[in-house]
Amino acid sequence: MSEVNLTINGRGVSVPADYTVLMAAKKLNVNIPTLCYLKDVNQIGACRMCLVEVKGGRGLSASCVLPVTEGMEVWTNTPLLRETRRGILELILSNHNRECTSCIRSQNCELQRLTKELGVTDSPYERAEGEGGGFAPADEKSLSIARDPGKCILCRRCVAVCHDVQGVGVIQAMGRGYNTVVGTAFDLSLADVACINCGQCIQACPVGALKTKDDTDKVWAAIGDPAKHVVFQVAPSVRFGLGEEFGVPAGGIVTRQMAEAIKLLGVDKVFDANFAADLTIMEEGTELIGRLQNGGVTPMITSCSPGWIKYCETYYPEFLPNLSSCKSPMGMMGAVIKTYYAENAGVAPEDIYSVAVMPCTAKKFEAARPEMSVGALRGVDAVITTRELARMIKEARIDFLELAGADFDELIGEGSGAGTIFGATGGVAEAALRTAADILTGQDLREIDYTAVRGVKGIKEAVIPIGDLNVRLAVVSGTGNAGKLLERIKAGEADYDFIEIMACPGGCVTGGGQPIRSSDEKYKKDFRAARATALYQDDVEHEIRKSHQNPLITKIYADYLEKPNSHRAHELLHTHYTERELYPANI
Amino acid sequence: MATEEKIARFREIAAAAKGTSGSLIPVMHEAQELFGCLDYEVEKLVAQEMEVPLADVYGVATFYSKFHLEAKGEYQINVCLGTACYVKGAEMILEKIEDMLKIKVGHTTSDGKFSLEATRCIGACGLAPVMTVNDEVHGQLTVDKAERIIKRYMSETGRK
Repeated sequence: MSEVNLTINGRGVSVPADYTVLMAAKKLNVNIPTLCYLKDVNQIGACRMCLVEVKGGRGLSASCVLPVTEGMEVWTNTPLLRETRRGILELILSNHNRECTSCIRSQNCELQRLTKELGVTDSPYERAEGEGGGFAPADEKSLSIARDPGKCILCRRCVAVCHDVQGVGVIQAMGRGYNTVVGTAFDLSLADVACINCGQCIQACPVGALKTKDDTDKVWAAIGDPAKHVVFQVAPSVRFGLGEEFGVPAGGIVTRQMAEAIKLLGVDKVFDANFAADLTIMEEGTELIGRLQNGGVTPMITSCSPGWIKYCETYYPEFLPNLSSCKSPMGMMGAVIKTYYAENAGVAPEDIYSVAVMPCTAKKFEAARPEMSVGALRGVDAVITTRELARMIKEARIDFLELAGADFDELIGEGSGAGTIFGATGGVAEAALRTAADILTGQDLREIDYTAVRGVKGIKEAVIPIGDLNVRLAVVSGTGNAGKLLERIKAGEADYDFIEIMACPGGCVTGGGQPIRSSDEKYKKDFRAARATALYQDDVEHEIRKSHQNPLITKIYADYLEKPNSHRAHELLHTHYTERELYPANI
Repeated sequence: MATEEKIARFREIAAAAKGTSGSLIPVMHEAQELFGCLDYEVEKLVAQEMEVPLADVYGVATFYSKFHLEAKGEYQINVCLGTACYVKGAEMILEKIEDMLKIKVGHTTSDGKFSLEATRCIGACGLAPVMTVNDEVHGQLTVDKAERIIKRYMSETGRK
């Protein structure tokens, strides 16, 4: 790419010709304010915060959509710009529900931050009251995501991520002018449209208009109930994100502090869902070998990600026979907690309150699926996200960074390095390969880093020789990418034996329930890569890096499940899927 | 045309337009022409046949005032809210009619007889405030006069 020279505030800079003025400014560490801009996702010049003056230009220009040209002279901090930006912010604030002190995004809100930084102290404008007065009502019906139109600033970052990145498109700008809202078709609830609950819209939202459905009250109530035996399981990715909520730089690993903090909340037992990830590998790996050797339906596709599962059920039901019948690790852990653990601990399953801490909003929906129940009980009674756990720790006044750390509890406490890498795109495939290769070769292989499936690329392909087999593999993250790959398979342009699909770009480490980073932070750092680096580091630090070598896995099969894919294992650890309507039958 | 025929006709229209950039709006016009409005079932059909999200169809339908989500009534009442009419009290007339028909502006009565719209200036400022009922223009309105006119139409249709 050829380079273009321009000056910004009198300083020269040379940037690739496809850069925008905003990107060129960032190269000089000139931080032009933005609200609607989200790198690689939304560049539409809608919010007008990023206006700049260009010598010889007509009026002010939105720098996020302004291409650089040779010899351009740009000014980003003139009296006119400061005045204009303040005016725009005042207008946005006039139609924003400013309950900042009690807002979930307080102190992590891009609007609040700009208001403070640009010296806006109030809005002189009165809000025109709509029909019925007040702001449009919140939509709280979905189990995963709540929408509050009163906070929405119409930046459309959620619209772009839902439609363009995830290939879902259930939210859009509706109406026009002052009455514009970002909402759903016919103002339906997110629960009633084809939303996959991935929560990437929450990650994209600069304010508190999209948020996780909060379940911390239910968990606190269970902890406070002396009749309840409260058991937590924690997903791999949580330990690579939670620290950020307490000021730890991205990539920090806080496994032991996290385990101790959860115990300090008053929880009876804390288990590592990495154990269930190992269990998943045993079941899914065995299923894959079976399908490949017995002419079963292939490509077999992973079933760990509930956002992907709902996407498949809704948008590509013809691929349901390709899905592994395995429950997700969370689902398996829930079943194991209410049976194997309950029997061993001598606790009645109905007295156990099982909580899963997940990097994921879609897990809240998954946990409520009827096929995830264990007898008459739910396997997982409540799901909280990484952010909700951080809030509980703060509410309990635990000084997280000062904790010495603790181990997970026994019996189903520990996982292998293979379990930990489930959190990044490619991790499940790699973990499965480690075990499948040992089984098929009958050896304890040393070369177990399958780097071809690592990295943040949306679609990765590899052919991996294992024993006599050449496994044709694809690894996909982001449901939009999944749709592209499935279309190629349908058209006969691609064929695989095994596909790993995660709903969220980058995998679970950047799931909808993980810490929310601002547009500016995401411009400077790829959090998918930063958190994944920590995860592969954690893998190497594990003495046991293969699921089938985890002694707790050996024990549960010897004592309880007999062998992978046994009748008992099928009863507890496997599930089925349901085709879902793209549109509700009536409204 | 029977509904099945209309759907078949629409499928042909959509198939010819699908994939062409900018074809959604003209196709939605055709759908509205065929089916009378863009209600849920019609928008669902547009979304399916054009392979675009339903939210996109609804977004377009609610952006342009020429698209309507409900079928128009037998009598289309347009109350002018242009500047001249507005300052002479058109809003009170609009409220009165909403009250009488028990519908909000932009909607159609459940018996399908009346639709109510607010319009921009219709160019009859000399008669302000003004409203039209189908092709008839009623000017120099007061709330009382508007009430009498609407009552007359209501009795024509046998409405109480």
